[in-house]
Amino acid sequence: MDNNKLLEIKNLKKYFYLRGGFFLQSNAGVIKAVDDISFSIKKGETFGLVGESGCGKSTTARVILRLIPHSSGSVIYDGKNIFELNHNQMFKVRRDIQIIFQDPYASLSPRMTIGDIVSEPLEIHRIGNKATRIKRVKELLDVVGLNPEHLNRYPHEFSGGQRQRIGVARALALTPRIILCDEPVSALDVSVQAQILNLLADLQKEFDLTYLFIAHDLSVVKHVSSRVGVMYLGKLVEIANSEDLYSNPLHPYTVGLLSAVPIPDPELERKRKRIVLEGDVPSPLNPPSGCTFHPRCPLAQEICSREVPPLKNYRKNGKDHFAACFFAGKSI
Amino acid sequence: MYPEVKDEKNRNGVISDDFGAAQKKYSKSSLYKDAWKRLKKNKLAMLGLGIVIVLILIAIFAPLISTHDPISRIKEDSSLPPNKAHFFGTDLLGRDIFSRVIYGSRISIQVGIIAVGISIVIGLFFGALAGYFGSLPDTIIMRIADIFFAFPYILGAIAIMTVLGQGIVNIFIAIGVLGWASFARIFRGSILSIKNKEYIEAARAMGASHRRIITRHIFPNAIAPIIVFGTMNVGTAIIVEAALSFLGIGVQPPTPAWGKMLSESLSYIDIAPWMMLFPGFAIVITVLGFVLLGDGLRDAFDPKMKNR
Repeated sequence: MDNNKLLEIKNLKKYFYLRGGFFLQSNAGVIKAVDDISFSIKKGETFGLVGESGCGKSTTARVILRLIPHSSGSVIYDGKNIFELNHNQMFKVRRDIQIIFQDPYASLSPRMTIGDIVSEPLEIHRIGNKATRIKRVKELLDVVGLNPEHLNRYPHEFSGGQRQRIGVARALALTPRIILCDEPVSALDVSVQAQILNLLADLQKEFDLTYLFIAHDLSVVKHVSSRVGVMYLGKLVEIANSEDLYSNPLHPYTVGLLSAVPIPDPELERKRKRIVLEGDVPSPLNPPSGCTFHPRCPLAQEICSREVPPLKNYRKNGKDHFAACFFAGKSI
Repeated sequence: MYPEVKDEKNRNGVISDDFGAAQKKYSKSSLYKDAWKRLKKNKLAMLGLGIVIVLILIAIFAPLISTHDPISRIKEDSSLPPNKAHFFGTDLLGRDIFSRVIYGSRISIQVGIIAVGISIVIGLFFGALAGYFGSLPDTIIMRIADIFFAFPYILGAIAIMTVLGQGIVNIFIAIGVLGWASFARIFRGSILSIKNKEYIEAARAMGASHRRIITRHIFPNAIAPIIVFGTMNVGTAIIVEAALSFLGIGVQPPTPAWGKMLSESLSYIDIAPWMMLFPGFAIVITVLGFVLLGDGLRDAFDPKMKNR
């Protein structure tokens, strides 16, 4: 195994137990938001995580940061399982792993100036004194392309894209090694998306960052990621290098997702064969038996409803390509 | 996929200074400044604010404003109707009603503000515990609050006053302790609505302590409804104090209090109506002032009213 794995997620599970009843609370069901997923993120790369809404992408990020408790599994960072760290050790790890949120309107406190927002992580970790913190905040605002003189303004005075830059500056304040980007651009206009994506790419080079990039937009993920994991109903169904995944998808779900990405050329768009996924994502409360994708899958056979397909490596040209399908690679 | 921006300088859409200039006039504006701007446009609220300010000034400068000693009795002046020497007339014992109403404002304003202050401190503490930590603390605190809600306010105050005995400090305690439940419930509600906001998660991801999250993030974002309800509640507290004094278990007799003056004048309502008219009027004006101000504050803080 190569040693440049910065973050390794092993058999991570997050189950939500629903409670019903008014007086006597009984278990009414289990939602397997994240169900036994494993992947690793290499130093300096961008690992993309894609999937439909509600497939557990954001839950994964929150569990990694211990914002919500995990059910089982481990996340190895720096040789240690972060779920086993005590409060002080975790406090130190938080300096290295930061997060950027989806909604730039909900992720900044409306009662704090952007100077306070960006300097808060420094304050919490007792870095520098007041004067050096202000200097650092100005630097950070400059780095993310905002006017450093605006530090006394409030978030509502900024546009969505600008607010997302403030969120990026806050995440950078502690000079982290890993940033979890939880759909950082899906709330923004396409033109602004490009700016933020370029900013993230520049910062990655400049500060030697590693990203876990969560999105539901495959074209965005293709643009930024070196490797991509595809999630469906809490499970990883395919993991591959970005180019391999896009040129040679193995799982029928990935094929369907890719076929939904519009091609900006009407000629090609008209010619290509579209695979439309039938139906909705099944309720995670009552997932289908066997392969959870089988009711929507064009390749489904009898075995798919009986057995859960394991994540197998379909190695090609020396590159790993994992897929969880009995009929991986079969054309639709 | 995405349009390549040729100009390297503008690649990240660096915000130029012109943009800043356009926004300059809004700089340093916060929720409170915005709310104040909206409040200023609301005439009724400004009337309420005016009444409240005048009342507080009257209470502070009572010795300068009053024309007579509010306690000394002059037998010859008993039950005089309003005249040049006694603007509001005199009561049965020959005390100047104008001076008594002026001094009475001290009791009402003190009770209103201090009692509500006590309610807010207790309510915020328990509301924060319940809302932020949820589960067991939430259940226990909210069920206790329910008990307080189920108990009639005046009856509770009478019970506490009977146990503690008369006196202004005990009125503060009785009214203050009984009022905490509403504040706890409101604060808990607003905490619940913001506790899962992403900026709270961001603070937790940085490693902020519970105390920091509550004081720096939750508190400033959840305090607006408390300000509104607190202002309105001052009026309620004043009425409860007047009721207690009316029932004879509030402020001790020689001290002028509006409720007490009402009960003293009750038997003479047909022959000397001024005895109850002026203190009654004072209560109405005071409560109205706080309620109008509270109402205006609610509209000023309500984002739905924004830009109207």
